[in-house]
Amino acid sequence: MRWIWIDRFIEFVPGSHAKAIKNVTLAEEHLHDHLPGFPVMPGSLMLEGMAQTGGILLGQVHNFEHVVILAKVPKITFHSWATPGDTLTYTTKLLEARDEGGMVSCTAHVGDRLVAEGEIVFAHVDQAAAGSGRIDQKSFVFSMQLLGVLDVGKAGDGVMKLTNL
Amino acid sequence: MATRDEIFEKVRATLVDALGVDDDEVTPQARLSADLGAESIDFLDIVFRLEKAFNTKIPRGELFPENFASADVTLVADGQVTAKGLAELKSRMPHADVDAFAKDPKVENIPELFTVNMIVNFLVKKLGG
Repeated sequence: MRWIWIDRFIEFVPGSHAKAIKNVTLAEEHLHDHLPGFPVMPGSLMLEGMAQTGGILLGQVHNFEHVVILAKVPKITFHSWATPGDTLTYTTKLLEARDEGGMVSCTAHVGDRLVAEGEIVFAHVDQAAAGSGRIDQKSFVFSMQLLGVLDVGKAGDGVMKLTNL
Repeated sequence: MATRDEIFEKVRATLVDALGVDDDEVTPQARLSADLGAESIDFLDIVFRLEKAFNTKIPRGELFPENFASADVTLVADGQVTAKGLAELKSRMPHADVDAFAKDPKVENIPELFTVNMIVNFLVKKLGG
């Protein structure tokens, strides 16, 4: 299984905000245990999807020169849940983008229903540290294969060719 | 211009948000790591929030210097900050109580410099200047 928790970007405005969708399906093994008889998308994986949406938004600011990792979740609130057949829409807004890291606000919706909202802080790790094996690769919110998700996305005004970066 | 008390109250609110601590834990003397449980990534979060709360820019390393001990080998000897190192700390962190630290200048005690009061001193100077 690939650690990609978004299916497609539907909006990507560099330096401002990004929206991605995640279709929840019963083909996902974990839903059969979470929870037995009541399959719901785990909150932790929604958070991961929002972090991937926001991590790519932040990474683009510096042309993906930094390895962006999820560093901290100062707050996250789950108001509702998502079940198989639902399409989750993750919206992230860039609050900070600096050399050493950044921060986004994020929401998850199913239709008009607010499922989750919070804030995520990211740190930049240089390539050398990332390659030394000291950092668990699974914790990366951004990796090269994730860039492919942008192929089907719509990049803001269409001027920016994200897939060529 | 905001008074020192007003600045302290905003810093307190910022730290409550960033560290999930209670209001009354954030005293002027409280140390960010030892008393309020801040970890390295929290310093970045704190800087983000202070910038927003005070509508100012805090360049990297200005409030919380980074890699002090590894930057120059003459600043540290045998796990202690040298006289040169103390002078360097004073120049980089005029907002911190380096004199108190100098009584037991172990490298591992550097985080003790990071107190709530240090942040308030920094902002009073930054916003006043």
